[in-house]
Amino acid sequence: MKIEPTPRLWPGEIFQALKRSDVRQVAYVPDAGHVELIASCEADPGMSAVSLTTEEEGVAMLAGAWLGGDRGALLMQSSGVGNCINMLSVPLHCRMPLLMIVTMRGEWGEFNPWQLPMGQNAERVLQDMGVYIHRANHAEEVGQIVYAAAQLAFSSNCAVAVLLSQRLLGFKDWSK
Amino acid sequence: MTMTDTKKGTMDRREVMGTIAAKRGTALMVTGLGSATYDAGTVDHPNTFCLWGGMGAAAMTGLGLALAQPERRVLVVTGDGEMLMGIGAFATIGAQRPKNLAIVVIDNEHYSETGMQPTHTQRGVSLAGVAQACGFAGTETVYTPAELDAVVPRLFETDGPFFAAIKVNTQRYPMSIRVRDGAHLKDRFRENLLGAERAYY
Ligand SMILES: Cc1ncc(C[n+]2csc(CCOP(=O)(O)OP(=O)(O)O)c2C)c(N)n1
Ligand SMILES: [Mg+2]
Repeated sequence: MKIEPTPRLWPGEIFQALKRSDVRQVAYVPDAGHVELIASCEADPGMSAVSLTTEEEGVAMLAGAWLGGDRGALLMQSSGVGNCINMLSVPLHCRMPLLMIVTMRGEWGEFNPWQLPMGQNAERVLQDMGVYIHRANHAEEVGQIVYAAAQLAFSSNCAVAVLLSQRLLGFKDWSK
Repeated sequence: MTMTDTKKGTMDRREVMGTIAAKRGTALMVTGLGSATYDAGTVDHPNTFCLWGGMGAAAMTGLGLALAQPERRVLVVTGDGEMLMGIGAFATIGAQRPKNLAIVVIDNEHYSETGMQPTHTQRGVSLAGVAQACGFAGTETVYTPAELDAVVPRLFETDGPFFAAIKVNTQRYPMSIRVRDGAHLKDRFRENLLGAERAYY
């Protein structure tokens, strides 16, 4: 008998945390870990979901959103962190909030070695830039962590990245 | 204009900025780092947010603002080098099709800030052509004051996204604006647009 995998609940909990935080603009470059969340944001009439050509566009876009009074969130995988670095100077220097939700690669059981340089260093590089890190390792804590990160970003005018550990996203067995 | 176009810009960038700003009305403006920000300083306004960094940010900052303020007109004014660094924004904005957004590139075909090296626009790349191929509702390349006068109302009235490359000469000017603290510029803009209560809640 084939056992169906139970659907993961935390993407819906991230979506609920974004709604409770009054996030109106969601910018993203797709990642498999963000499939359900992107679909929820695209379907919500109260959100503008914007597909980007590169992640740094989202940093600039959400600066504009904040200028206009909207809260936003930026979704990406860890390799996208590297595309954002200089653009982070805009929210950091201007003391604008920035909420990033990053699915991690290059760590738990990674099978693609090309993901390692950015995956293994994304957290440190963000911290070096002055972005605060909240890491989520367990499914039950994801929604709470995103909600807390949103409050930190929007109430304290700072940049916060929620890192969703690869362990949370699942192990892809490459030996089969 | 076609890719083989060899016409040169003769207009003065500060006159171009003055002509545009005189017609801005209630429009919100974002300017790109370098000369465009300095030009905007000669016609400073609390509804203008001047970028002093984040090269490549201007167009996408305009998109986020346009989405947040759908009832207001949003105009981005930036340089050709700044726009080229964020060239993917044409595709993102073309796909999004915000009706209230217009982008102007003050195109001197050089990186004037860093020593007047030629940009790709001097070597056959048409930014208006890129914008058109990305699905902008209207695009123009402007060489003369008469063409500029015809384009300015379209920046503020016609359904966007609208793009205009305005070809200017390579005249450089000193910095016109001293206020460069981003947190201050952001607070000034938000307070004027949203009111103090919402700006600082
Ligand atoms: C990421 C980054 N690379 C390089 C620079 C250096 N830089 C500052 S202004 C500028 C040229 C801007 O050219 P353009 O937008 O055409 O402005 P203008 O010709 O109107 O001065 C460059 C390359 C920078 N500030 N940031
Ligand atoms: Mg230039």
